Amino acid sequence: MSDFLLFDGITKRFGNLTAVDNVTVGVEKGEFFSLLGPSGCGKTTLLRMLAGFEKPDTGRIFLDGKDITNLPPNKRRVNTVFQNYALFPHLNVRENIAFGLKLAGRPKKEIEREVDAMLELIQMGDHELKRPSQISGGQKQRVAIARALVNHPQVLLLDEPLAALDLKLRQHMQIELDLIHDEVGITFLYVTHDQGEAMSLSDRIAVMNKGKIEQIDNPAKIYESPRSSFVAAFIGDTNFFDGVVDKSIDKEYSRIKFTDFEPIICFNDKKIRPGSPVHLSVRPEKIQISHEHPENPDGKLNIFRAKAEDVVYQGSHTRFWVRIGEYRISVFQSHNRFLLDQRPIKWGDTVWLYWHADDGYMLEQYQETDEDLLILPPENIGDMDEEIEEESDSDTEEVNAEDNASDANGVAEDGNEQEK
Amino acid sequence: MKRMHNHSKIVLWAVIIFFYLPIIILVVNSFNADKFCGSWKGFTFHWYEELFKDREIWHAMGNTVKIAFTSTLSAVILGTTAALAINKWKGKIQSAHYGLIYTHLVLPDILMGISLLLFFVAIGLKQSLFTVYLAHTTFCISYVAMAVLGRLQDFDNSILEAAQDLGANPWQTFWKVQFPNLLPGIVAGGLLAFTLSIDDFVITFFVAGPGSDTLPVKVYGMIKRSPKLPIINALSTILILVTILAVVASRMLGRDEKKS
Repeated sequence: MSDFLLFDGITKRFGNLTAVDNVTVGVEKGEFFSLLGPSGCGKTTLLRMLAGFEKPDTGRIFLDGKDITNLPPNKRRVNTVFQNYALFPHLNVRENIAFGLKLAGRPKKEIEREVDAMLELIQMGDHELKRPSQISGGQKQRVAIARALVNHPQVLLLDEPLAALDLKLRQHMQIELDLIHDEVGITFLYVTHDQGEAMSLSDRIAVMNKGKIEQIDNPAKIYESPRSSFVAAFIGDTNFFDGVVDKSIDKEYSRIKFTDFEPIICFNDKKIRPGSPVHLSVRPEKIQISHEHPENPDGKLNIFRAKAEDVVYQGSHTRFWVRIGEYRISVFQSHNRFLLDQRPIKWGDTVWLYWHADDGYMLEQYQETDEDLLILPPENIGDMDEEIEEESDSDTEEVNAEDNASDANGVAEDGNEQEK
Repeated sequence: MKRMHNHSKIVLWAVIIFFYLPIIILVVNSFNADKFCGSWKGFTFHWYEELFKDREIWHAMGNTVKIAFTSTLSAVILGTTAALAINKWKGKIQSAHYGLIYTHLVLPDILMGISLLLFFVAIGLKQSLFTVYLAHTTFCISYVAMAVLGRLQDFDNSILEAAQDLGANPWQTFWKVQFPNLLPGIVAGGLLAFTLSIDDFVITFFVAGPGSDTLPVKVYGMIKRSPKLPIINALSTILILVTILAVVASRMLGRDEKKS
C-alpha cells in the first residue's frame, strides 16, 4: 500500500448495470494520472466515488494511507473540476475562488493572499469582479481549476474539463493544465475520453472499458505495446492480424501463419509457442508504402504487394487503405520531403507494402468486437455499389494473380474478421 | 417603424376599452365631487379625506396587511419546502404531492371558501383573523411552490455538488448556494402570494368573522349598505397603485432571473 491514492477492488452497480467492475488502481503522489475510455466505461463513476458523490458497493478507497470510502464529500481533501464548470452563478470570480477557504474558516488576510495568487496563476486578475455569466468558456474553466486548487487538495479531480471547449482553446488549455500541474505539484486525476489529451498530458494512463481496467502504463507503452485489442484500437489506429505461431525463425522472431494471408514475421518477446493462436497489431505509421521494392538486408521485413484503394491526403501525411486479398490495411505515410517533386501514390496504384518484424506487436487479449473501433471507409456507398464492387473485385484478383500467386491460401477463404 | 397590423390594432383597443377604461373611470371618479358619480362636478380630494377619517376602513386595511404579510411568509416557507421536496424525490408520493398543489390553482375560490368554512366549523375553530390567515396561507402555498419549482427545473445541480466538494455540509450547501440561486423564484412567488392575499374576496368572505374583515370584504359591505361610493373609488385607486407596483417589481425580478 505504498500508493498515495488507491482504489482497492472497487465495484459499483446501478441497477443491473455494473459501472465499475472490481477495479484496483494505485496513483503515486504528484502524478498526472488519466482514466481514459469511451463514454460509459466507468471512469466518471470512479472519479465520483473518490469525490464522495457515489459509494462503492464493494472495495475501499485509500488516500494517503487513510480509508476515505465512507467520508462525505465535504470531509475529503480532494477537489473537483467539473465538466460544466459548475461555477456559482451568484458569486463573482473572486468569491467563487474564495468559497472553499471561507468555509474552512481561514483568516480574511490569508484568503485574500491565496485568492490573489490563484488569480495570478490563471491570469484572471482583471476579471475578478465579473460574474460567471460574463466570462468566456475558457475563462470559466480556469476559474473552476483555481477554485479547486486554492484549497490545496491532496488530489485534484478533473472530469473531462476540456470537453466543452472548442479545438483551439482545448489545445491551449492542455498546455496550461500541464504548466499548472508542474507549478503546483498536486496529484491530478484526469478523466477523459480523448486519447490525444490523455497521451499528451499524463504521466500514466489507465485505459478503461466496460467497467474494467484494460491497461495501466505510461503513454508510450500504452501506444506501442497495447495489452489488448481494445487498447490497440481505442488509442490511435491499428491493423489486426489473427493467426497461429508457425515456427521460430531464431531466438527472438517467429513466423506466424494465416489461413487467408501470407505468413508474417514478428518479434516474439512473449515466447509464444508454435501452434498457439496469436493476434498481431500493426500500427499504420509503422507500415511503409512505396512504388519501389524495398531492400531487405536482415531478412526481417514483411513485404507484400497491395493495391491502394483509398487515399486521403492530410498535409503532413497521407492515409491509405490498401487491399491485400480480403484484408484492408490502414497505412500512414508521413511526408518528410517536398511531396510535389515525388511521384505520389494514387488511387488504384499497385504498391509495395512492408514493415519490419520488430514493428508488429502481439496482443495478450483479443476481442473481435474491438475491430468496430477501427476507422475504415465504407466498402460501398449507397446504390452505386454494384459497379464499383465488381471493378474492385476484378482488380483485386488481378493483383493477387500477379503478386500473390505463391499464396496458396488465396483470397477465397471466408471468416475473415478484417473484412468490414 | 413597422406598420401595425389591423388585427393587432383592434385587439389593442379592445384591451384598452375593456380592461383599463373602467379603471380609468374609477380613478377619475375618485376625484369627482359628485356623490353618485353621475356627472363631473369638479375636482376634489374630499373623498380621500373622508377615506382617511374612516376608522373601520383603516381597521380592515390593517387586517389585510397583517394577513398579507403573515400568510405570505408562511406560504413562502411551506411552498419553497414543498417545491424542494417535489424536485428532489421523483417518486409516486411526490408526483401526487405535485398534483395536489397544482389542483389548488385551478380549484374555484368559492369551493375552497365553502370547504374551508365547513372544515373550521367541523374542528370547532371560530372564524377570526386566524382562520383568514390559515385560509390565505393555504392558497398561497400553491403559487409559491409553482414559482420556486419553475426556478428549480433549470437549476444546475452540479453547483450543489461543487459546494460539497469545496467543503460545505448539507446545511451550508443550502444556505450558501441553493437558497441564493432560488431567491428570485422565491421572491417572485412571495410577491404573487402577497398580491393575491391582498386581493382575495371570495375565500375571505367565507372564513372571516366579526371584526376580522379584510379590505375587499369591507368594500363589498360598504357598497351594499352605504352611499359611500366615492370613498370606495378613492380606496380602490390606492389599491390599484399598490398592486401595479407589486406586479412591476415581480416582473422585474423575473426578467433579472432570465438574464443570468
